[in-house]
Amino acid sequence: MERRIGETLVKVDHVGKKFCRDLKKSLWYGVQDLGAEFLGKSKAEKQLRDKEFWAVRDVSFEVKRGECLGLIGRNGAGKSTLLKMLNGLIKPDKGQIEMYGRVGALIELGSGFNPILTGRENIYNNGAVLGLKKKEVDAVLDEIIDFSEIGKFIDTPVQFYSSGMKVRLGFSVAVHMKPDVLILDEVLAVGDSGFKIKSFNKVNEMMRDAAVIFVSHSMPHIATITNKVLLMENGVENYYGENIAEGIDRYFDNFGGDDPKVEFSEGATVESMTIFNSELYKEAREEFPIIDYQSDLNVNLDVKVNREISWFHVKLQITDKDLKIVGIYDSFQFSEPIQNTGDVHKLKIKIPNTIFINGEYAVTVFIQQRDEANSKWNLLAIYRYWKKFRVKASKGLGYVPAVVYLPGEIHAS
Amino acid sequence: MDKRVYNAHSNIQKPWVMVKDMIRDIREGQDLAKRLTIRDIKALYRQSFLGLIWAFILPFANTITWVFLNGSGIVSLGETEIPYPIYVFTGTMIWAIFLESIQSPINNITTNKAMIAKVNFPREALIMSSVYQSLFNAAIKAAILLIVLAFMGYASFTSVLLTPIAIISLVICGTAIGLMLTPIGTLYTDISKGLPLVMQFFMYTTPVVYAIPETGLTAKIIQANPLTPLIMTCRDWITGQAPTYLMEFGLVNLAAVLILLFVMIVFRVSMPILVERMNA
Repeated sequence: MERRIGETLVKVDHVGKKFCRDLKKSLWYGVQDLGAEFLGKSKAEKQLRDKEFWAVRDVSFEVKRGECLGLIGRNGAGKSTLLKMLNGLIKPDKGQIEMYGRVGALIELGSGFNPILTGRENIYNNGAVLGLKKKEVDAVLDEIIDFSEIGKFIDTPVQFYSSGMKVRLGFSVAVHMKPDVLILDEVLAVGDSGFKIKSFNKVNEMMRDAAVIFVSHSMPHIATITNKVLLMENGVENYYGENIAEGIDRYFDNFGGDDPKVEFSEGATVESMTIFNSELYKEAREEFPIIDYQSDLNVNLDVKVNREISWFHVKLQITDKDLKIVGIYDSFQFSEPIQNTGDVHKLKIKIPNTIFINGEYAVTVFIQQRDEANSKWNLLAIYRYWKKFRVKASKGLGYVPAVVYLPGEIHAS
Repeated sequence: MDKRVYNAHSNIQKPWVMVKDMIRDIREGQDLAKRLTIRDIKALYRQSFLGLIWAFILPFANTITWVFLNGSGIVSLGETEIPYPIYVFTGTMIWAIFLESIQSPINNITTNKAMIAKVNFPREALIMSSVYQSLFNAAIKAAILLIVLAFMGYASFTSVLLTPIAIISLVICGTAIGLMLTPIGTLYTDISKGLPLVMQFFMYTTPVVYAIPETGLTAKIIQANPLTPLIMTCRDWITGQAPTYLMEFGLVNLAAVLILLFVMIVFRVSMPILVERMNA
């Protein structure tokens, strides 16, 4: 079969899907839908029945061969429902989907595994479920066993496999079926890191002559693999386009999970905290300071520590919107402990040459005391995501799957 | 290249496209059906100590009960042409084959729920696999039955020849009924829960454990019951008697084949609707 790069393999046109919140009602609507289907009526498009809502509403996109669409959104945004429709498992209530060629979907790894049968027997079963003939499985059997790293356990019943082994075997079977359209739902989130890298490379390899739809909550993965993104929010398209950085930025805007909160303040309190680029702009940008790339990050921190504590240290932990820790400053590393007076300490911390990538960051403040006798840290206070700032690179490199932009020099001769 | 279109329109609006797709899926699903069958049969026997004994232990226990009830005079079950123990053992075995064929499709869908909800494969493979499994289980039961009958001197060469036809007809009729109940049965568990009860009722209106009475209301009900010619003819064949309801038997089977074809279409149309309501 001719495989032409650039031909449209997936076409989704104004697709919608209704779901029901109530189980009993849902079953009864099922009976009604069955009746309507047999009478040849098209599904009632517009109106929602009692307790129904649009799980997916008015979504349109296209994927061509050689392209990879990243499907992102919070849990419950409608991603899985959309995938189920693409895979033909459920019918849309509105709009139309066209799929060309062989569709391989890795939604559930290891579907059709029977625990009592051996790994080898299950490879044949699983292959058959995915649409492979026995001969086709025979041809790639060794490759599958090899890739899954199951080795001599291949003739052991699957019920004695570890969960990691099952996942590896399932992934291994699925990627060896050479589809035109490949649907991947969170599959790269499985296995240990060694296998993860291996599967990541395998998917990259398959992508070259297939249209791929990739669902992930890992933005670095999305930024590496995809060349366009569809961000879903409550069933509707929030962003669809080739500006991956924009899509990822909006995805992070969906989260309110990094609200500031005092987690612990038994031993000390933070009286005030300001982040600023330079003394000049300090007042103007207090609410949401913007730090220019490669300039200094200044933090003014007023803390009050209980009188009975004699010495303390301050630690600043910087997290990005994915709540990933991207940097830590600890005064323990650079200075002697601060002697406590019992009054408010006006601390000035300067972190020079900020090289974080574009984006929003939050700073968590830890105040702690070193207990030398037991060689451990005693926490005095934690102020989680206490202040935020934004890093701005002048050239606007946007989102990259990294934590920092490395500064460097290049000489051409 | 293969093109698939999914939209809100009912598939029944284009019946020929649907039938064509169905035939394609039946062909493509053949391999999968075989695999599913082998998988389930292997799994069934690998974790069982008694193995094949389960195939006839229930009908056998049933036979003993009825032989005792009949012999002690607690109930009077009428005169049978062949000795009563053979009559009732053959009857309960045939009934067991029939009942299993009814339950097979819905059980098959229920056990494979997780797979159905997450993988798109030819759904017809599930029907075929449940037919194969029913045939396999029926063949084991029939073989045991024939061996027992041979010991008693009631199996002949013709009965060995006719038994496969009887089995196929029982499985077709059972699958047709079972598949008819499957769409609703997938949504509501009431169907599979209520089925044994309803089938119990049908068993007593079919000459399984007693002979057909000559007169009376019971006789009329039994005569009108389409299962009567099915069970009677199968028993007559297996025990080497001349069948009395051959024409009705043919009609029942013809009807069953037509119903089966129809419900296969129903099954195909209903599958996507069922998947979205399935709790898997």
